[in-house]
Amino acid sequence: MSNPWLIMPLVVPALTAALLVLALRRSPSRQRVLSGASVLVQMMLAVGFCLAAADGEPRTYLLGNWPAPFGIVLVLDRLAAIMLLLTGVLAVCALLAALETWDRRGRHFHALFQFLLLGLNGAFLTGDLFNLFVFFEVLLIASYGLMLHGGGARRLKSGFMYVAVNLIGSTVFLFAVGLIYASTGTLNMADLAVKVPQVAASDQALLAAGALLLFTVFAIKSAMVPLHWWLPPAYGAAAPPVAALFAIMTKVGAYSIIRVYTLVFGADAGPLAGIAVPWILPAGILTLVLGTIGVLASRALLDLVCYALISSMGTLLIAVGLTSADGLAAALYYALQSTLVSAGLFLLAGMIGEGDERQDRGAGVRNGAGLLAGFYFVLAIAAVGMPPLAGFIGKILILEAGRAASLASAVWPAILVTSLLMIIGFARTGIRIFWNVPVGEALAVPHPVAMLPTLVVGGLIVLLVALAIFAGTVMDGLAATAEQVLKPRHYIGAVLRDQRAGPAGGE
Amino acid sequence: MRIALIVLIPFIGAVIPPLAIRAGRNVCTAATAAVTGLALLLLLTDVPAVFSGRVPGLRVDWLPQAGLSFSFFIDGLGLFFAGLILVIGLLIIIYARFYLGRTDSMGRFFCYLLLFQGSMVGIVLSDNILLLVVFWELTSLSSFLLIGYWHHLPASRAGARMALIVTGAGGLALLGGMLLLGHIAGTFELSELLTRGEVVKSSPLYLPTLILILLGAFTKSAQFPFHVWLPHAMAAPTPVSAYLHSATMVKAGVFLLARLWPVLSGTPEWFLIVSATGLVTMVVAAWIALFKDDLKALLAFSTVSHLGLMTMLLGFGTPFGVIAAVFHVLNHATFKAALFMSAGIVDHEAGTRDIRRLGGLRRLMPVTSSLAIVTAASMAGVPLFNGFLSKEMMLEEAAHTVYAGQAWLFPIFATAGALLSAAYSARLVWCVFLGPKRQDYPRHPHDPPLGMWLPVAVLASAVVVIGLMPAIVAGALVERTASAAVGGALPQFHLAIWHGLTPALFMSGFALTGGLALLWAYSSLERLRLALPRPDGMTLFQGSVAGLVRSSRFVLGSLADGGLPRDLAVIVLTTAGLALAGYVQAGPGPLAGTRAALPATIPAVTGWLVLLLACGLIVRHHYDRLAALIIISVIGLVVSLAFLQFSAPDLALTQISVEIVTTILLLLALNLLPRTTPDESSTAGKLGAGALATTVGVGVAALAYAVMTRGTETISDYHIEQSKPAGGGTNVVNVILVDFRGFDTFGEIIVLSIAALTIFALLDSALHGAARRRIRTLRFLPRAGDPHPLLLTVVTRVLLPLSLVVGIYVLLRGHNMPGGGFIAGLIVAIALLMQYMASGYVWAHRRARMDAHAMIGGGVMLAGAAGLASLAFGRPFLTSTFGYFHVPLFGEIELASAMAFDIGVFFTVVGTCILSLATLSRVEERAEQASKQTQVKTGTGAP
Repeated sequence: MSNPWLIMPLVVPALTAALLVLALRRSPSRQRVLSGASVLVQMMLAVGFCLAAADGEPRTYLLGNWPAPFGIVLVLDRLAAIMLLLTGVLAVCALLAALETWDRRGRHFHALFQFLLLGLNGAFLTGDLFNLFVFFEVLLIASYGLMLHGGGARRLKSGFMYVAVNLIGSTVFLFAVGLIYASTGTLNMADLAVKVPQVAASDQALLAAGALLLFTVFAIKSAMVPLHWWLPPAYGAAAPPVAALFAIMTKVGAYSIIRVYTLVFGADAGPLAGIAVPWILPAGILTLVLGTIGVLASRALLDLVCYALISSMGTLLIAVGLTSADGLAAALYYALQSTLVSAGLFLLAGMIGEGDERQDRGAGVRNGAGLLAGFYFVLAIAAVGMPPLAGFIGKILILEAGRAASLASAVWPAILVTSLLMIIGFARTGIRIFWNVPVGEALAVPHPVAMLPTLVVGGLIVLLVALAIFAGTVMDGLAATAEQVLKPRHYIGAVLRDQRAGPAGGE
Repeated sequence: MRIALIVLIPFIGAVIPPLAIRAGRNVCTAATAAVTGLALLLLLTDVPAVFSGRVPGLRVDWLPQAGLSFSFFIDGLGLFFAGLILVIGLLIIIYARFYLGRTDSMGRFFCYLLLFQGSMVGIVLSDNILLLVVFWELTSLSSFLLIGYWHHLPASRAGARMALIVTGAGGLALLGGMLLLGHIAGTFELSELLTRGEVVKSSPLYLPTLILILLGAFTKSAQFPFHVWLPHAMAAPTPVSAYLHSATMVKAGVFLLARLWPVLSGTPEWFLIVSATGLVTMVVAAWIALFKDDLKALLAFSTVSHLGLMTMLLGFGTPFGVIAAVFHVLNHATFKAALFMSAGIVDHEAGTRDIRRLGGLRRLMPVTSSLAIVTAASMAGVPLFNGFLSKEMMLEEAAHTVYAGQAWLFPIFATAGALLSAAYSARLVWCVFLGPKRQDYPRHPHDPPLGMWLPVAVLASAVVVIGLMPAIVAGALVERTASAAVGGALPQFHLAIWHGLTPALFMSGFALTGGLALLWAYSSLERLRLALPRPDGMTLFQGSVAGLVRSSRFVLGSLADGGLPRDLAVIVLTTAGLALAGYVQAGPGPLAGTRAALPATIPAVTGWLVLLLACGLIVRHHYDRLAALIIISVIGLVVSLAFLQFSAPDLALTQISVEIVTTILLLLALNLLPRTTPDESSTAGKLGAGALATTVGVGVAALAYAVMTRGTETISDYHIEQSKPAGGGTNVVNVILVDFRGFDTFGEIIVLSIAALTIFALLDSALHGAARRRIRTLRFLPRAGDPHPLLLTVVTRVLLPLSLVVGIYVLLRGHNMPGGGFIAGLIVAIALLMQYMASGYVWAHRRARMDAHAMIGGGVMLAGAAGLASLAFGRPFLTSTFGYFHVPLFGEIELASAMAFDIGVFFTVVGTCILSLATLSRVEERAEQASKQTQVKTGTGAP
């Protein structure tokens, strides 16, 4: 089924950014209004998409009115809709937190922000492998620009590493696409799903190499150990609202793994079925363990938050690696919650001031300590997966899904033991920052806590609570999503059967 | 719904105290007490139902996918515990009103206390075992907050952290155990699960399930060796110690054992683990308690000991054991909470709780002393007080217990436990309340206000009343509770003071007299204790946490600080390894395809040799930045020649213009950098990097070879076929770029725009702050005498209009012949860049009418608008149309809507190049001015 609205999440940020650069670059206040309006529109679109996708019928959009697989196609299924919604919500939060503060500390913040959203929305919507590459490029360069936002030697240094690693990723992506194209002759993912099982035996090794090269690209994006080293310095150096938005960038990697290795190299891929599967679960466990070690080892709040993000990616990848419908649904739930938690923690770290140039390690917080400590307590509970927040629910879903797995004997201890280590890490850091303060000092409030970030973190916590309370309803939707993703026949049919709007070309 | 309210009211009510404190401490206390009172009232309305044998319940689905539901039920066991929690809670609230000091934040305290209360009631009323885990962990969290209430004290912080970590670990084990239990039983609802004991006990997963659940229960109820956290939790304010760490929270583990008794008990494993753990805990903790000088520490170890007693009773696996355990829960809660509150009063009034500095308080604080002596007597197991009764029942059970074939083991050690218990109780009473009056109390002790001793009095009277009339006061309650725990009918039992001359009576008598005798021999006992090893739990714990942190820092430090080259090497190796694994795993097919190789012509071989030579040179000269740049541009040129060789003029044109633009921009950038790169890596590092690069290079070459020797049917066959009829252009490359895959191009011009904006933003910040100061210190090398040679200036100016015309021509013809917006943009950009180079930034910038930002924004806008236009005709984004128009003089010309898109591309490309150049030049301009100024100032250079 074709849907004319599908292009909107791409056109809106692209043209917003263009307009910001063209006409509004000298008017910060109008930039804020336009950028804010655009982000709101994108979130509303995502809400609409979620409602539309709920009927289980994938929607398609043929760019340039060329039939699939010859042109580029956008596809909206449940999975894409959920990721769009998460992006939209996160974008609203990050933008609000940046208003009047971070957006003033450098040029073109709003334009780069919108371009990054374009990259995210595009990556989630596209049904074409090369187009995915293009959106990865948009993401990379826009995130690089945003990462450097605010300037300073630290950002430049870790930015260089970030861009170097990701350029290797882009190069490998191109190699992979080249190999896949050479052996299948197509780039459309639905078409690939049809062609991959039919690839001649002499070309299968080449295709397999391409498939796993592609996997490493996505693994780099999702900070899978040992390809994760770029993340802590980069996210730690970025401005807090930017880092908050970046919380979803790792999920782009996870999304791509889910999409490509269920649709193209999924169960129906003939000899190459499940080619990446043996790697995901062990890598997930390794990521979880190393991320947790990082949490324990961290000396500053920002390090802790970065490694907690890596550790949550490990949990997520474990769930993805279970390759069952239950596991996938649990992974999606965990992705939602861990994105919101990470975003909240990054913003909180920014408010505490540890993320700032005025690093204040170990000396404790003085401004608005009570509120910030409360935020930290709640977000830490969510991050380590203690009840009653969504982190706990995600964890029991993954544990239950993992009980039947062949590697169950490793999954359960890994998740339970790392949870304990996370508790230790978060407790140590929290006590050091919020409790290790002389009595009189804790009450002094030299600077008022910034208003907007406070509201945003509060809002994120409300979302986490809601995610926990309505877990049953959310999981119904996510279970259907997992079902749809694991049985891609519908998706393939919708793309390849889609009719063009009238005859193409000139009249 | 009413049941859920009993649990939810304390949670909801937790927001009240922080608000009510503004109206004063009494209002705050009253509000908190009202919350608890309301919950208690609701609970009491269920009493008749429970006693008539019904089980009120509620179930609301929460997460059916995981078996988690919001379900509660009240049976005898739940009612008993919930009542205990709420009643004692009420007393504690009143007591805390007078205990907390002026500087303590009462609102926060009561808020945490209510959160704890709700969690605790939640544990005992949960029907769903996962919901139980939720509340279980919530008690750990609220207990953490309460222990750390005085977080400015190091002991509070350490104690809070330790409690959180130990009970948190247990909570995780419990979660695992409950998930397994639910899986085995096929239900997560206790009301169903309790009837499936046989299924559970016969499951192969029974033992792991049991161990995980016991870990949860033992950590929470401070069983040996997990008891270490409880004494350190005494850093909390005394109301917390009385409430959480003696009367309620630490009983959660005992509750859990009782709750799951029908499901898990009755097996040898259960008996061997649970009863032994309980016994060891009881004796060891009582022994330690005897030597504690801190009143609260003494009481804490006594609590551990009594928890061990209850655990042991449940571990026996007999219904009588359960009855005794339940009864002791009640008795212990009354006398121990009272004792803790008394200890708090002593601390509050006398200014110390060190036994060695107290004594003779009987005369100074008569009320407190009488209450404390009564309750301590109960703790010691003196007849006529309630502690005697349950201890007697315990001894009776122990007397019949044969453990691992040894009939003497339990009777002897149980008696020893009772004896030690009597001894420390006697020591407490003697050293604090009896004995001679002293002159050196830190403060002048006197009885506290009524509000502080009244709660103690209430509990003490319960101690006496139960002790005197057990069957009348507590018989029905214990019977109802124990039968709920056992999950069936109980054998006949009678709570009474006198059971005749039973073995237990002798054991009890021996324990009491022996206890007093021990006190007499206290000093020699203490010497014995000092001679024994006394591992300190806190030191061990902190040492292991610190060790954990140290080792993770070591692991991370040895892995993380490898620097960029190491990280990139890891990434490249992983990537190559995975690709190779995939290749091999899929059954390595032939590398070469079926397509015949082209003949090796002389130009091709020459080009190939140049490429190799350039690569070799770059390895040799990479440290010289300028040389490296020039050699890299040679590589670019050879690549564009290769494109030409393979009949790809569009690619060749693009490649060569990109090459020129990047070289110019890099040259400008190099101007700001030192001429050479520092030599950073060792020889071994270089060799390693070389080996890695060679391996990966060979691998990529092999893949490229494999790809180029294959000719699969691809979608481009369609593109070639449809280029003219459907796309309206004969240049298929351009039609692909602007039409078939115009959306990719749209993305790529955005990438370009972002790059330009990023450069601008980055260098804009370089014009301020620290970077600016560094730029000012740059020294430019002496350069050619004339920075703007006349000849170059004239030629470039003459060439400008020509280049512009060429650019427009290339743009317009793009759809049918090699060219297009991208190439045209690059050509025009080169022409403009030349102006800047030849005539100087200032000259060129003054004459540039077009703003680069506007060109970029406008270009993207135009491309986007061209794409959107088709929406007006009901076609998707970027749908193109074309037509043939007759123009006088020119004749038939073709116009395609894709051209508008291509013009957008053109402007974006030009804008990007100009903006990058302008930004770089601006920095250099600044630097140059600065260096000129300094030269003028120091008089070294010509003006």
